[in-house]
Amino acid sequence: MDIMNKARVKSPWVLHFNCGSCNGCDIEILAALAPRFDVERFGIINIGNPKQADVLLVTGPANRRNFRVLKNLYDQMPETKVVIVVGSCGSTGGVFYNCPNVLGGVDKVVPVDVYVPGCAARPEQIIDGFILGLQKLAEKGKKKVEGR
Amino acid sequence: MPDPVLSYALPVLLLAAFPFIGGLLRGIDRKITAHMQSRIGPPVLQPFYDVIKLWGKKPFITSQFQPVLAFGYLGFSLMAAAILVFRLDLLLLLFTVATADVCLVAASFNSKSPYSHIGGMRELLSVLSYEPVMIMSIISIYFATRSFLVGGIFSLAYPLLLLLPGVFVAMGFVLIVEMKKSPFDISASMHAHQEIVRGVFTEFSGYTMAMVELGHWVKMMLILSIMAYFWAPNLLIGVGLALLLFFVSLVVDNIYPRLTWQRMLKTTWTFGFTLILANLVALFLLGGV
Ligand code: SF4
Repeated sequence: MDIMNKARVKSPWVLHFNCGSCNGCDIEILAALAPRFDVERFGIINIGNPKQADVLLVTGPANRRNFRVLKNLYDQMPETKVVIVVGSCGSTGGVFYNCPNVLGGVDKVVPVDVYVPGCAARPEQIIDGFILGLQKLAEKGKKKVEGR
Repeated sequence: MPDPVLSYALPVLLLAAFPFIGGLLRGIDRKITAHMQSRIGPPVLQPFYDVIKLWGKKPFITSQFQPVLAFGYLGFSLMAAAILVFRLDLLLLLFTVATADVCLVAASFNSKSPYSHIGGMRELLSVLSYEPVMIMSIISIYFATRSFLVGGIFSLAYPLLLLLPGVFVAMGFVLIVEMKKSPFDISASMHAHQEIVRGVFTEFSGYTMAMVELGHWVKMMLILSIMAYFWAPNLLIGVGLALLLFFVSLVVDNIYPRLTWQRMLKTTWTFGFTLILANLVALFLLGGV
């Protein structure tokens, strides 16, 4: 099953969800996709479809308005999957901490594997977060094989 | 007595190689596209990683019928490829390709997702835009060779391209639509910069998506092989020609935005039909028939 895990790490398809961020981190994510940082060289594609995605990339804090959407998207992603949160506000609430409409970090709603701090997080940091996320993906893949 | 190696073993090998060459071409496609956009791009083997990964993922099956249809898409595409490599009937090939498309569209209508429905509708429109051009091309091949058999192309003393250059160019349009490349990628696209991203592929996941992807490669190889047969006396030149058109389709993909379906139908029908009809008229006038 080694080939399967290698393929899993080599081809993470991303679903990017903006959960009410200020768009600062989204711009950095787009910068990571653009020619200068070009994350497609690691096989990363912004696929825009939860059913085919492996990585849920969330920016922005969990809030009362759309936490159901976040939960729904997470549930629609088939195993094996990891969740990466980009930005301080997604990690803890950040500048939106204690706002009446904000629940807090994304981990209040879905289990988070990797936090990328920063307001806004730099593309280099996002790529580092991805590499950590891929290690977790490989671990989950191994567990899945042993669990069978 | 035909040589058994040449008439059986070689086609079977070729058929087995079809998905692999198709996957490699997809990888090269992504690499070249990346370089055109001054990016480095994924490794050439990336499409294989994608398919293997999809195969290992837990699938979400929306209906019992969906895996059957996904398998049908792959199966009928492979069958069409078999018809080509065993040098059988071109008309039969056309019907088999159409059946494969019907499987894909039926699968996309087999769920309640509106994205999938729009994708399926648009896939039908793409079929409508390239299928008539393909039928006309095959009829032109009949006029040139007096046979609907693929073998007829090989029994000609000279390359088909010299008789049917217009048809060859028209097949280029078929290739672009078939590869789901801009400007004709209305039904689905790989990148999330379009309005309907996955389109027909929305409801596929896990191994069903892997099968559809494999079927897609086989179909791309099918069109490229038909193009290679336009220089049948020396297939190496034919393969070169097919690869040239493959490259042209990548260039077109990178310089054009997505068209609406009306523009797509207009473009493929007017250019395709005009090229083919002009070619046929020239063929009749020059007495080549
Ligand atoms: S972390 Fe800062 S820059 Fe990023 S989305 Fe939140 S508020 Fe905006």
